[in-house]
Amino acid sequence: MTQAVAAGFDPKVEGRDVIVTRLDAAVDWVRKNSCWPMPMGLACCGIELMAVGASRFDIARFGAEVMRFSPRQADLMIVAGTCVYKMAGVVKRVWDQMPNPKWCIAMGACASTGGMYRSYAVVQGVDHFLPVDVYISGCPPRPEAVLEGLMAVQRKIAQEHALKNMKTGDQKPTHYDKPQGPIIVRGEYAPKFVER
Amino acid sequence: MATHHEMSVIDSASRAQQAFEEEVHGEKMIINMGPQHPSTHGVFRMVLEMDGEEIIQCWPEIGYLHRGDEKIAENMTYTQFIPYTDRLDYLAPLANNVAYAYAVEKLMGIDVPERCKYIRVICAELARISSHLLGIGAMSMDLGAMTVFLYAFQQREKIYDLCELICGARFTTSYTRIGGLANDIPADFLPMLKAFLRDLPATIDEVDKLLTRNKIFVERNKDIAVLSKADAINYGATGPILRASGVEWDVRKAHPYSGYEWFTFDIPTGTVGDCMDRYLVRMEEMRQSIHILNQAVAQIPDGPVNAPEAKVLLPDKTAVLTKMEELIHHFINVTQGVNAPVGEIYFSAENPKGELGFYIVSKGGGVPHRLKIRAPSFVNLQLVSKLCKGHMMSDTVAILGSLDFVMGECDR
Amino acid sequence: MTPQAAVEKLQAKFGDALGAPVEFRGEISVGVAREQILAVCRFAHAECGFDMLTDLSGVDNFGDDPRYGVVYHLYSIADRCAVRLKVAISEDDLTVDSVESVWKTADWHEREAFDMFGIRFRNHPNLKRILMWDGYPYFPLRKDFPLAGLPTDLPETAVDADTVRTSPMLGGPFVAPAASRSSIRREPRQVDTPAENLERLNNPTKQEQV
Repeated sequence: MTQAVAAGFDPKVEGRDVIVTRLDAAVDWVRKNSCWPMPMGLACCGIELMAVGASRFDIARFGAEVMRFSPRQADLMIVAGTCVYKMAGVVKRVWDQMPNPKWCIAMGACASTGGMYRSYAVVQGVDHFLPVDVYISGCPPRPEAVLEGLMAVQRKIAQEHALKNMKTGDQKPTHYDKPQGPIIVRGEYAPKFVER
Repeated sequence: MATHHEMSVIDSASRAQQAFEEEVHGEKMIINMGPQHPSTHGVFRMVLEMDGEEIIQCWPEIGYLHRGDEKIAENMTYTQFIPYTDRLDYLAPLANNVAYAYAVEKLMGIDVPERCKYIRVICAELARISSHLLGIGAMSMDLGAMTVFLYAFQQREKIYDLCELICGARFTTSYTRIGGLANDIPADFLPMLKAFLRDLPATIDEVDKLLTRNKIFVERNKDIAVLSKADAINYGATGPILRASGVEWDVRKAHPYSGYEWFTFDIPTGTVGDCMDRYLVRMEEMRQSIHILNQAVAQIPDGPVNAPEAKVLLPDKTAVLTKMEELIHHFINVTQGVNAPVGEIYFSAENPKGELGFYIVSKGGGVPHRLKIRAPSFVNLQLVSKLCKGHMMSDTVAILGSLDFVMGECDR
Repeated sequence: MTPQAAVEKLQAKFGDALGAPVEFRGEISVGVAREQILAVCRFAHAECGFDMLTDLSGVDNFGDDPRYGVVYHLYSIADRCAVRLKVAISEDDLTVDSVESVWKTADWHEREAFDMFGIRFRNHPNLKRILMWDGYPYFPLRKDFPLAGLPTDLPETAVDADTVRTSPMLGGPFVAPAASRSSIRREPRQVDTPAENLERLNNPTKQEQV
């Protein structure tokens, strides 16, 4: 992970009204803090995704509260749930309709690798046909794990060379054999249980 | 000999008449709703043939979440299948666990102790409240009332905390075992449950105030998708849909299981069978569930939670590590599964969505020969094509919300 | 009426089209001859008060003859009484009459039995696949169809990898069959599976055609 696009900003030098930084850093900062998810809520993980959007875990803190069900208006597809072969074409079609730049989170065991459903009907991981950026493990992952996954996507976006990508139209590879350098989030959380 | 050709010459006046008639009748439009759609409650597809705003025909399509559960069941021991039952109706996982445990126990002829029955009733009723909260929340969100959805989720978070206390997972609990439970409830569960039951009626009343006499909600739900008694029975509808159509039938009263005969509660029944009735039945069922839970909390006895049959459950760990017989039982149970007799049973439980039934055919051994899951959502969803006809496009959202189905259970 | 009384009434009317009733755990199952099932269901619905068909499922008894079965769970709401009817169907003529004209709920149940087993229901209004997609060439719940699935094409989709792959079973589902002794056979690991078997696992040569 290079530090090339980190924002360089020293308020004592520049004062509070002016920020001097790289264009990439500014564009990435804007993109990562307003990532609008497209919830592809297929199964049980979809319910946890709804819980993340609700008031206790509040995805709105991260700028991602507007769950856009129209792919044309979203940047981040969260595939939450088991993808079966019958549905795979639909998911791919919706992914193709999302405009660039776009990112993908495979939430849960079923979306990452097929989960506990090793059967004839289930695609063993949506990375067979989608370029996944972050995998979140869990069945279903705790909402905190989903938020950590979202933050991992944000870290990934912060590292992008936005200007260079814009020249190529922010194209993502659509055919590929293996996922390229994803960040794997393991849900190792021990939430403190608070007495009410 | 001149050949005669038939030619019809339409003069301009009749052609104008033809064009006018076509214009007035209009073209029918075919609209595809789903499988990815915010209001279809899961991956469900409906193809609607519409004349303007009115629906002429509706073809539902399911199978977008068919994961092969029944085939998997033929390759897993009975205990290994318990996590798959969580993910059937994933809005009320505890209820599925309870139903499956009773089904296998019926097959094996095991009776669980009283404390276990009380705890299972508590689990099932909590699951019912959780599912109805989400059902009403999602239905009202689709009709525009976002607030109710957030209130429902707030209460569901408290139920998730209770689930986390008993089994460690918020959801997808896998709490019951064949012949008992994974573990007894911890000491602070009942006080926390009591506190939750104290606060819940206030929220239900608030939702009631927001929705039941709200003119917009009433207009969108009253007399929409009326389902007659005879039709409801003929289509195999069960659960709140059947009761809203006027049939007073509930598995908990008709064939009591898990000690439901010890509790007093009413069965809310509707009269008209429209969307409004289904909503009202669910609201009242939540209140009845609170009543049952209060009784359960007051009367729960002490005692063991697991059935005394040695061969079914995993023995106590200290015995496994020190005694030979328990070691062998543990080994056989884990590797080969419980030894079921030859035979077939059908057991059904009153799940929040309807009657969840398990038809198990066993040819001996630890793995079922055939496990058919009679999913209430699968059966209830057949009503969609009948109920949507003649209504407008925006009514489909109310109808789907009032049918309250889950695709995990429907497609298995 | 009790289940026993209902079965006696059916036997009085249909005689030798019904098999001997079997009682297990308080439930009654009766075998019904394949050609009579529609008449039996109509009679049960009209005369015996079985107004609800709770469940209809297919069963594959691989190795038995007749191999397939269809099981009907009838229920009477007024009498709270349940009866199970079983029809045995052999592999060479995999058809049975549809009871959709008696109970509308049989519609989707029969489509599912067709989808999963290949049992055709005569006079069904819309006998299409329901859980798998329309062009799927196999019947998944048959015993000779592997859990991992068989490779097929995935026609009208935009998926780039447009074949259905088999799931990686690595030797089999992780359940001990009752007779197995060695742990390597019970819980196979990829590292134990010889390379050529892995190859063959993912490219099965024998395929079951419709």
